[in-house]
Amino acid sequence: MKILLVDDSKTMRNIQKSVLSQLGYSEIEEACDGQDALSKVKAFGPDLLLVDWNMPNMDGLSFVKAYRQDDKVTPIIMVTTEAEKSRVIEAIKAGVNNYVVKPFTPDLLSQRIQETLEKCAAA
Amino acid sequence: MDPTLIAPFVKSVQNVFATMLQLPVEVEEPKIKEGKSTTYDVSAIIGMSGDCVGSVVLSFEEESALRIVALFTGTEAAVDSPDFADAVGELVNMISGGAKAMFEGRKASISTPSVVLGSSHVVSSQKDLPTIVLPCVTDCGRFAIEIAIQDQVESADAESQSTATTA
Repeated sequence: MKILLVDDSKTMRNIQKSVLSQLGYSEIEEACDGQDALSKVKAFGPDLLLVDWNMPNMDGLSFVKAYRQDDKVTPIIMVTTEAEKSRVIEAIKAGVNNYVVKPFTPDLLSQRIQETLEKCAAA
Repeated sequence: MDPTLIAPFVKSVQNVFATMLQLPVEVEEPKIKEGKSTTYDVSAIIGMSGDCVGSVVLSFEEESALRIVALFTGTEAAVDSPDFADAVGELVNMISGGAKAMFEGRKASISTPSVVLGSSHVVSSQKDLPTIVLPCVTDCGRFAIEIAIQDQVESADAESQSTATTA
């Protein structure tokens, strides 16, 4: 299972990496914004993406819209401080499969990752 | 400044610290900032736009910041390192993001955070906009949230009422 973490904060990427390691995932690539992520997706070929919203150069929503032009299947979880209902709806319309609001506990992130993967595997 | 914009920051800082650091935060009585310098020497700054415009500064004593960052990241970082700036920036990002989601009937956006270090530095805010300081106490030391936000919706309402009265 290859996972791409897209977040401009190294601290948040490290926290997410630690949760993923506990779940047994070790093949992880990191990107610091949407542009960086777009430049890495082809070569890396992720099976799951965790994407922040507010980032410099290209934000998470613009990245998801661009990524979904070519790949409509690979699950994406938005992990963001944007907690308003209107934002969640906007993200889902853009092609996000699940949503985690920061701050989060490791248990919540694990649960969202597992339920997203199960739902996408069953589809 | 609309006092209903302050309570969300109290709830949000307590939520962020409890969830990410398992660290309780006691928020003391808010006060209006006197003088121009930030409360302490380490500032994580984020801009707000949309219906609420201004800035939020998370101002730490250096010692408090070092302890809080170590607890947050699980590693010790020097105060002038990129990792330290990244961690305090992420804290102000989560606190402001959580607070704005609780603004009733207001839609606001936040910028990416910046971090400034040094004694007696000044973060300029909009002219005539008071800055509210929320003093915060934790077992890792003290910090403060400095909020200078203008409610654009309330300002527009006040302006239209004033125009109607003078017409």
